[in-house]
Amino acid sequence: MALTSTKQALVSGKLPGKLPGDLPGETASDTQSLLHKRFRLGETFIQGFLFVCGAISILTTIGILYVLGHESLLFFRNPDVSLLEFFTGTKWQPAILEFGILPLFNATLITSAIALLVALPLGLSAAVYLSEYATPRTRGVLKPILEILAGIPTVVYGYFALSFMTPLLRTLFGADTVEIYNTASAGLVMGILILPLVTSMSEDALSAVPGSLREAAYALGATKLETAVKVVVPAALSGITAAFIIAASRAIGETMIVAIAAGAGPSFTLNPFRAAETMTGHIVRISGGDLSYDSIDYNSIFAIGLMLFFMTLTLNLISNRIVRRFREVYE
Amino acid sequence: MNFISPIFTHTQVQQCLVDTPAAAGNCAIETHDLTIYYGDFCAVRDINLHVELRKITAFIGPSGCGKSTVLRAFNRMNDLIPSARVEGAVLFGGQNIYAPTVDAVEVRRRVGMVFQKPNPFPKSIYENVAWGARINGYRGNLDELVERTLRHAALWDEVKDKLQQSALALSGGQQQRLCIARAIAIEPEIILMDEPASALDPIATLRIEELMRTLAQDYTIIVVTHNMQQAARVSDYTAFFMVDENRAGYMVEQGHTREIFTNPKDKRTEDYITGRFG
Repeated sequence: MALTSTKQALVSGKLPGKLPGDLPGETASDTQSLLHKRFRLGETFIQGFLFVCGAISILTTIGILYVLGHESLLFFRNPDVSLLEFFTGTKWQPAILEFGILPLFNATLITSAIALLVALPLGLSAAVYLSEYATPRTRGVLKPILEILAGIPTVVYGYFALSFMTPLLRTLFGADTVEIYNTASAGLVMGILILPLVTSMSEDALSAVPGSLREAAYALGATKLETAVKVVVPAALSGITAAFIIAASRAIGETMIVAIAAGAGPSFTLNPFRAAETMTGHIVRISGGDLSYDSIDYNSIFAIGLMLFFMTLTLNLISNRIVRRFREVYE
Repeated sequence: MNFISPIFTHTQVQQCLVDTPAAAGNCAIETHDLTIYYGDFCAVRDINLHVELRKITAFIGPSGCGKSTVLRAFNRMNDLIPSARVEGAVLFGGQNIYAPTVDAVEVRRRVGMVFQKPNPFPKSIYENVAWGARINGYRGNLDELVERTLRHAALWDEVKDKLQQSALALSGGQQQRLCIARAIAIEPEIILMDEPASALDPIATLRIEELMRTLAQDYTIIVVTHNMQQAARVSDYTAFFMVDENRAGYMVEQGHTREIFTNPKDKRTEDYITGRFG
């Protein structure tokens, strides 16, 4: 249709140029067949393949959610369990049918908070150093080292906490105050574990700030520190916040360190030098034992898992929101 | 302030100014054998020019002739490029700003800059103007400073009702005038402009040019431009740069804009102005 009207325009002299038929050996129908839509088998195949890959991960997630929800439902429908007690009870002792999640939840909060207290300031400072101060050569050496740190298995960190951090704390604060298993040690080492994550993600956010903003600051007589702290960091704030939240959800979900170093028994305490079992630590210990499949103990760890899932889901949603809402368009 | 006496004698200075009609004493910036390297590459060589106080000086020339490099030498912006190296002297009020005792931060406080692409901070309009004053320890009333500066930059009427809104919501031309406002808020003595209108449409360009004429009453302005009509319209003095066979930039001549455009002394300038190359 379009071709015909162009052709008419050409014939009537409205447009400059030649008709397709004017060229030797080429006719209008040749052009039409050249432009004809072609079927590409490879393209169809790869599209289907990629779709299946995407679908598998989504279906797996749905499957996990189903199992979590189903088993949790069995737990909550049990006549020995009350929802109110679950959320407010300060004792978690399945043997005597006490299911109050607070001690586990509290321990998770303490270890995660300690970890974040370590990782956020250190990680952000390291990121500012890498992005604003380090020469390209220094950055080239430091970043891979940081990534190696991220590659150490968490079980190694767990033993590091138990065999190095705990003795250190006991030397510093006295063996009477610091128990052998304690949340402080686990939290501190967990902070070291999530440090590379915070650093790396914050550094990405800082590096993404366009150089023109730095130039603008320098041209106003700003020092390097003023430029970094008052222009670059605020401009990268959404990315940095997202890094913090993802680090928080990693800390909440972290298992091996707390299972090894924090303690093996739920206890409701605010003292970080006392032993306390976190949600993840409890799941690991209980699922390692010999539980029968339809017992209430067995179902209870799914309920804890579901709570963990909601916590990290909430954090990830908040982080998504922050990134989207405060994403700064620089141009 | 440490005063380092110029390393050049008066005669030498006179010698390098011999082609220019300006009288010494009204000089905002002058350079002596300014040569700038990026690593081993010589970007510009042997630049001897001077810039009149409270006038607009335009740098023109083909791409890659080092106009911007020279401009960025005037507020030590090239320091930010690790491989950049500067030889010769840039005298600002008689002081070589590349002397070892000189603090680049202090230089930039006195020699402001406006960039090619508008680069407002991702902050409010108010904050953009107040930022420079704040970090430089401004003690006065910031509200007044912001209003006075925005009026000066001919932007007040357009933004007075939305000072707390993001500067990024402004149009390109408004953003660029905000960047000019931000630069003059700390009251520099010289404003460097690196192709300030090349990213803007003709109307916005015109407004920037008008603003430059107004600002020239109080400030010395040096503007790099690719647009020869702009140089002819807006500047009092023009320096013409070229690039040699080693890709190093050098200055061919400088003088009153009228003379450079109507009666250039150098054949190369004439060829460039009449559009025979470049």
